[in-house]
Amino acid sequence: MESLSLTTITLFLPMVGLTILLFLNEEKQKGAIQWTAFGFTIVTFVASVIMLFGFDSSNPNLQMVQRNDWLPSLGISYYVGVDGISMLMVLLTTIIMPIAVLSSFTTHIFEERGRIKLYYMFMLLLEWAMIGVFVVQDLIIFYIFWEITLVPMYFLVGIWGGEQRVYAAVKFFLYTMAGSILMLIAILYVGGNAGTFALPEILAKLQSGEVSFLFDGVFSTQSFLFLGFLIAFAIKVPVFPLHSWLPDAHVQAPTAGSVILAGVLLKMGTYGMIRFNLTMFPEATVAWAPFVAALGVIGIIYGAWVSFAQTDMKKLVAYSSVSHLGFVVLGIFSLTPQGIQGATLQMINHGISTGGLFLIVGMLYERRHTKLMAAYGGIWKAMPLLGGISLIVSLSSMGLPGLNGFVGEFTILLGALGSDVLGIFFALFATTGVIMAAVYMLYMFQKVFMGELDKEENKNLPQLAWQEVAVFVPLLILIFWIGLQPTGWFNVMATTTEQLVANMTPYIAPLVAIAP
Amino acid sequence: MTIPALGDLNLYAALPAIFLALFTTFLLIIDLFIASEHKNNTAYLALGALGIAFIWNLLTFNNNTTAFLGMFVADSFSGFLNMVVLIGAMLTILLSMDYLRRMGIEHGEYYSMVLFSTAGMMFMGSANNLIVIFIALELLSIPLYVMAAIRHQDVKSEESGIKYFILGAFASAFFVYGAALIYGATGTTNLPAIFTAVGDIVNTGSDSIFYLVAGAALIIVALGFKVAVVPFHMWTPDVYEGAPTPVTAFMSVGAKAGGFAALLRVMVVALPSLTVNSSDAAAVWQLTIAVIAALTMILGNIVAISQTNIKRMLAYSSIAHAGYILMAVAAAGSAGVGDASTRGMLVYLLAYTFTNLGAFAVVITLEKEDGSGTAIEDFVGLGKSRPFLAAMMAFFMLSLTGVPATAGFIGKFLVFGASVEAGLIWLAVIGVLTSVFSAYYYVRIIVNMYLRDTDKPAEVVGETPFVKYATYISFTAVLVLGLFPALALNLLGGAQITLASLF
Repeated sequence: MESLSLTTITLFLPMVGLTILLFLNEEKQKGAIQWTAFGFTIVTFVASVIMLFGFDSSNPNLQMVQRNDWLPSLGISYYVGVDGISMLMVLLTTIIMPIAVLSSFTTHIFEERGRIKLYYMFMLLLEWAMIGVFVVQDLIIFYIFWEITLVPMYFLVGIWGGEQRVYAAVKFFLYTMAGSILMLIAILYVGGNAGTFALPEILAKLQSGEVSFLFDGVFSTQSFLFLGFLIAFAIKVPVFPLHSWLPDAHVQAPTAGSVILAGVLLKMGTYGMIRFNLTMFPEATVAWAPFVAALGVIGIIYGAWVSFAQTDMKKLVAYSSVSHLGFVVLGIFSLTPQGIQGATLQMINHGISTGGLFLIVGMLYERRHTKLMAAYGGIWKAMPLLGGISLIVSLSSMGLPGLNGFVGEFTILLGALGSDVLGIFFALFATTGVIMAAVYMLYMFQKVFMGELDKEENKNLPQLAWQEVAVFVPLLILIFWIGLQPTGWFNVMATTTEQLVANMTPYIAPLVAIAP
Repeated sequence: MTIPALGDLNLYAALPAIFLALFTTFLLIIDLFIASEHKNNTAYLALGALGIAFIWNLLTFNNNTTAFLGMFVADSFSGFLNMVVLIGAMLTILLSMDYLRRMGIEHGEYYSMVLFSTAGMMFMGSANNLIVIFIALELLSIPLYVMAAIRHQDVKSEESGIKYFILGAFASAFFVYGAALIYGATGTTNLPAIFTAVGDIVNTGSDSIFYLVAGAALIIVALGFKVAVVPFHMWTPDVYEGAPTPVTAFMSVGAKAGGFAALLRVMVVALPSLTVNSSDAAAVWQLTIAVIAALTMILGNIVAISQTNIKRMLAYSSIAHAGYILMAVAAAGSAGVGDASTRGMLVYLLAYTFTNLGAFAVVITLEKEDGSGTAIEDFVGLGKSRPFLAAMMAFFMLSLTGVPATAGFIGKFLVFGASVEAGLIWLAVIGVLTSVFSAYYYVRIIVNMYLRDTDKPAEVVGETPFVKYATYISFTAVLVLGLFPALALNLLGGAQITLASLF
């Protein structure tokens, strides 16, 4: 028996917690259920930090690898390990999860809907599946984890969501499943040709020329495989015009569900693009990059525009996600080290700031039972602490220099400007998104927190409970840390991204040669 | 004509099936002496016989021998298939015991019928000769006609039996006609010998090819009827809805397994090289079967969406699943894909058997004596009143959808894989797209159980011990197969029904 790698331990800690939850009594041990769930998300976080300390950032290859046979006759194995990008994604997951769990302590959803045990079981199941998506290196097992994330999220929205929860949950399930199942065909084709489903082995065979996917134009075998993966990921991100499930899911999801959805689940899509599209189909990536990046830019502008028109705070934040993730897509398909690093950092930034915004909206909703901006005004006077926190989070979300959002967006724009596959217009249009973000974020902040405290119901809102303050502490630390000292974060993924881009350079170079 | 010595028949290879058939004959007599209030004893005896046959089959799993002078073959394909149908039959008996009493239709003969039909399925999987396939087909079908109509007080059940019988008789006739044409073209009914003859016919460009193609078409029609693929599926919803629920469950898994086994064996052993030009890469029947598979998946899934009765929904779902399994048969039409498609089909059948019987077990739990309780609306609130039962049902539904970590996913994965390997990518794409449609109606059950509020949650009337056992067994199997598919695949070993394993 091979010893367990740290990756496996981190991956399965949430499952241990889930198993313990199974044996707790729903009626009598409510506190124990909450604290067990919270405890295990914290333990998982600690494990991931230990992973980070054991991680050698000068090594671009997979680390803390473990591999066991699962279906040897078909070349499928349980194969886990992390490189710089996965490491950061695992950290993001393990940071967001305790926050999401802790934020559920103070909600009132259980008074009406009950089933508190099931809720926390789904939370832990979700954490397990999300970490799984980020660490597995086998295409089939990746697909399995990818699909499993659907199930707990479906129930979180469907059972504990808002008025239209069933509609939103079913739409979420069908929409994402429709995308990912085409990926299965692409996976089967790739694995069938390569004789293995282990990504590192497939990449090695591609490098040595033992396996190749025909590329002779924009519509060729490799392009279809590329699109099979891309569509699945694009729906998850979501890239314009495949985003229509997102506002519904976000608006209907319980607060913790929205935090996880924005914080981690959407990142699975952008992570997948980096991990699979860029590595396995370099020629198709180069050929399709302008198209995908253009969709990213459209998403930036469209998301910002639509955000501005919203009256519902949660919808506004949801559409702002479309805009922010447009930046990430642009960064990835600039195919430069800066762009990809900025995109990866921006994934984390978006998890922090949008997660924070959803928490704020959730807390206001708990107190006033409405998400309409018009019902608020002058809240700073009633809840100064929440007002202060909201100001910082909003500024972070719109990318104020000195806070985290700026670093990510700036690096992405640098990458887009220096890109050999994208023209200057991409960066130019994307920049307008930064300005528009300031407009809609400040608009919301002003409507809710500024002005006169003129509505009677708002005058006696209860102050933040300690759990509610506690959830913001790690977020605020990260906002300033990444904003002021981003070097360490870039270092973790630097070698991984450089190697990634180096592998693609042969395919980009001809473009540079013919460029005027 | 000489009469072969008993020793030459090599009965040993066929003993599990022979044992089952013989025991059933005795069971009919023993049953006469069992008082009507103790009919459970008959069921125990039947279960025991199935258990013995099951163990016997495992012991003789990889024999690769023939019996009855080459008319019957025992290879790992038939071994695995026997396992599937025996499991199906055992679970069916568990489901039937309390149900029949509850509904007031308990007859001792019922269990003998199940066993006879099971023996038919076992012969079907091993048949290496068109005549044997025909006999096995009848042995499989006739008890099912009776079982469908066993609740004869109910006009729906009667309709179900008669409909199944008349259409089944037509299908048998088609089969015989097809077999006759093939015999006319090749001069033999032995499948490997047909293979040799087909090779000659194709190479010489003889006109007999037309008889062969017509014969193959008629056989596809006949077996397509048994496994309920479009456009030979019309009987399915009415028969499934009218028949007593355990019978429906048995038909949906057992008859399907038998039918597909024979279809795959005829196509892969006898007719793989049936091409119009000897240089064609794929057999002439591949496209036909692929189109039928595509139509079946599309129609089955789309019509299932609009059903309001769960038995009818599962009937259409079983049509859809026949389409997925048929993908494997279509894939076998390309040279070199025979093994992958055999494997895919067998694992799919195993996964489907457990999943579908599990789902039917839950339906039986909810079904009331007057036949109500099977509307999809009746599942509302089950998640609140019976959380664990609902969780198992939800799991079965996810498995039918093919969500990973369930047995259903492994089956779909292998079948799609075989189809991609055979170059039928368009078929695989239709397969995955229709899987998404299917998610809609499977997930609706989950929606009803968990997400909809109600004042009066679903009533559970039939949660008797045996039904519970069947549900737990199915649930465990679906979970274990989903997480550790290597267990089934290892048992399968190199299951193949290529010629090499027959000589």
